[in-house]
Amino acid sequence: MQRRPIHKDESPIRFDLWRLRLPNWLQRFLPSGGGTHEDHHGKGMFGFTVFLLSESIIFLSFIFTYVVLRLTTNNWLPPGISGPELSTLVIINTVVLLSSSFVIQLAENALKRNKLKKFRWLWLMTIAMGTYFLIGLLIEWKNLDFKITTGLVGSTFYLLTGFHGLHVLAGVVLQIIMLIRSFIPGNYNKTHFGTSATTLFWHFVDVIWVFLFSLIYLWRA
Amino acid sequence: MTHDLSEDITGDQESKNYQNKSENTWREYFSFNTDHKVIGVQYMVMTFIFFLIGGLLAMLIRAELLTPESNLVDRPLYNGLFTMHGTIMIFLWIIPFNAGLSNYLVPLMIGARDMSFPLLNAISFWILPPAGLLLLSSFFLPNGTAQAGWWSYPPISLQVPGDQFINGEFIWIVSLVLIGISSIMGAVNFVTTIFWMRAPGMTFFRMPVFVWSVFSAQLLQLINLPALTAALILLLFDLSFGTQFFKPDANGDPIIYQHLFWFYSHPAVYIMALPAFGIFAEVLPAFSRNPLFGYRSVAIATLGIAAVSIFVWVHHMFTSATPGWMRMTFMATSMLVAIPTGIKAFAWTATIWRSKLHLETPMLFAMGGAAMFIFGGVTGVMLAATPFDIHVNNTYFVVGHFHYIVFNTITMAIFAAIYYWFPKITGRMYAEGWGKLHFWLTFIPANITFFSMHPLGLQGMLRRVSSYDPQYQGWNVIASLGSFLLGASTLPFIANMVGSWLYGPKAVNNPWHATGLEWTTSSPPPPENFQEIPVVTKPPYDYGDPKYSVVLDADNGE
Repeated sequence: MQRRPIHKDESPIRFDLWRLRLPNWLQRFLPSGGGTHEDHHGKGMFGFTVFLLSESIIFLSFIFTYVVLRLTTNNWLPPGISGPELSTLVIINTVVLLSSSFVIQLAENALKRNKLKKFRWLWLMTIAMGTYFLIGLLIEWKNLDFKITTGLVGSTFYLLTGFHGLHVLAGVVLQIIMLIRSFIPGNYNKTHFGTSATTLFWHFVDVIWVFLFSLIYLWRA
Repeated sequence: MTHDLSEDITGDQESKNYQNKSENTWREYFSFNTDHKVIGVQYMVMTFIFFLIGGLLAMLIRAELLTPESNLVDRPLYNGLFTMHGTIMIFLWIIPFNAGLSNYLVPLMIGARDMSFPLLNAISFWILPPAGLLLLSSFFLPNGTAQAGWWSYPPISLQVPGDQFINGEFIWIVSLVLIGISSIMGAVNFVTTIFWMRAPGMTFFRMPVFVWSVFSAQLLQLINLPALTAALILLLFDLSFGTQFFKPDANGDPIIYQHLFWFYSHPAVYIMALPAFGIFAEVLPAFSRNPLFGYRSVAIATLGIAAVSIFVWVHHMFTSATPGWMRMTFMATSMLVAIPTGIKAFAWTATIWRSKLHLETPMLFAMGGAAMFIFGGVTGVMLAATPFDIHVNNTYFVVGHFHYIVFNTITMAIFAAIYYWFPKITGRMYAEGWGKLHFWLTFIPANITFFSMHPLGLQGMLRRVSSYDPQYQGWNVIASLGSFLLGASTLPFIANMVGSWLYGPKAVNNPWHATGLEWTTSSPPPPENFQEIPVVTKPPYDYGDPKYSVVLDADNGE
């Protein structure tokens, strides 16, 4: 990309350093699309990243609520409730989810090198791992001795894991759609943006889980 | 191709060649259309209908307050009226109207053929009408609408009369979440469009200030709106599914709701106000034939307002058991907002300084709005001071202050924008005399109505009450009469807009001899905006150049 000429306006206010350097730095940093519809992938990924930034604020708000409630509540666990346990189920679930991030990245790389068959197998494996995580979450919910109405521990636990689970579900649905699209003849190029976005989303869901896992299971009462 | 702006001023020769290629019919405004211009008009017309509804609710409130006794509506209905008035005016009038105006203008101003995600754009519009109708439908529920005010603080908002699952509060939350989803999708679209779709040569510091304002406002939507969505989700769970986040009797903390709520709803003021400032920055230079003073400083101040506004939300909670250190900190940051807004106000003043003013309707509204912003801004700094805020907290002083911002500044700016871009959008000129009548019928009653609220508040009249001590009746009657006049002022506006759109004289492409890119294309612009994508070589406000300083004709409709 060629460097665009920098316009100097005739503003009479002179705050030398920031006024001169910040704009120049911004000009070099910011892309210019030339008003075209080209580069769907770059534009799409930019928009999707911006969207994920927004999504992360929802999680941040929930985490903020959880941390504040946890710090200000004296009897976090109601009598007779042991709270969410760091069970083998949870650990295996976490390992599966986090390793699926590597699998999906391998799939994405395979697609970039036009290895469609390898992409499909790896992609299918990610779907299986995501589904495994969801089933594990449901089993965990079923075995717990508290409900969403059981004090703040129930409210926050089901909110955080449920909202994250909803995102895992959305990720799996996106992955299934992309897998189907990869079988449609002539549609193969179009799947590139979709798969990249899905991959990014899946990484995002995984990173969120690292935070939630630490807060819910490692922060002991 | 280099687009020389002087061509359009002198002859409009080039643009006439591709004028009115589009088969614009009224039907496309009722269809699922992905053209950003159609979506923009859809937004603007729909939100104006909600503005009328919200205004009628306001006049009902003022009618109730004509007398000290509560005799016109019962108290639950009165609660519903002010709750719905606030909600509609913020979430279904100003914010989506700005989204519509930005939708129409941003691609034109940056020289793009459309928004970056046209389909997403259409979807974000079509979420709104169902959400708005859903909100209004709660008037017909057995226990009426939500009654906890537009901020819907728990635990008040968790008290449901009749204990039904579907209640006014439930409906209120669901429609607000829907509107929020629409706004987020819009924000993603705007930010991507401004980053990626600019015409060659349209550097960031050649963008019109309106585009800067939209950019800053939409960044705030992206960063802050999710906090409101999170708060609403938590509130919905508390209300309907038995969780305890905000229930004080079960260790929950209602103050958390206030933090999350104001983390969005304070910057929301700037999401509403920044586009208004952008409108001033477009209209004032055009009608004073001067370049915008200190363009670069204004552009950076726009981002500065957005940045500072993220860190001021606690000033809404000075009386919510907020610790002293937090009050001090947020008092300081709140007052800091005055610096970038001050830069803007000085820039507007310096722009029209010693120029020959052309007092057409858009200019009247822009100057009126900018002047009223000074007033509202000064009371804003007063309110930022913790001791004063605690004194007038929950009184009509606060109501007067924010109506000076949201009505006298932002709605005035919106009217300025409607008149200013009316020829571009419709291809016809509005009637100048009717426009001026509308301005004076708006400006004077608005000041009567909202100024009266300041002395009322200083004397101690609380807001959100339907009956009051008789000592407050004088100012209340003045405010109410002003509000009825204000309501009546929309009638000449509607007549002018509808009549001019149907029968007005044809407008030229650039009736104001303005310098923005949007004026270089035909009126209304063809489907893909430009015959050829322009290459930008000039700063946005070239009025100082003698080549462009054409004196405006008294009659612009040719």
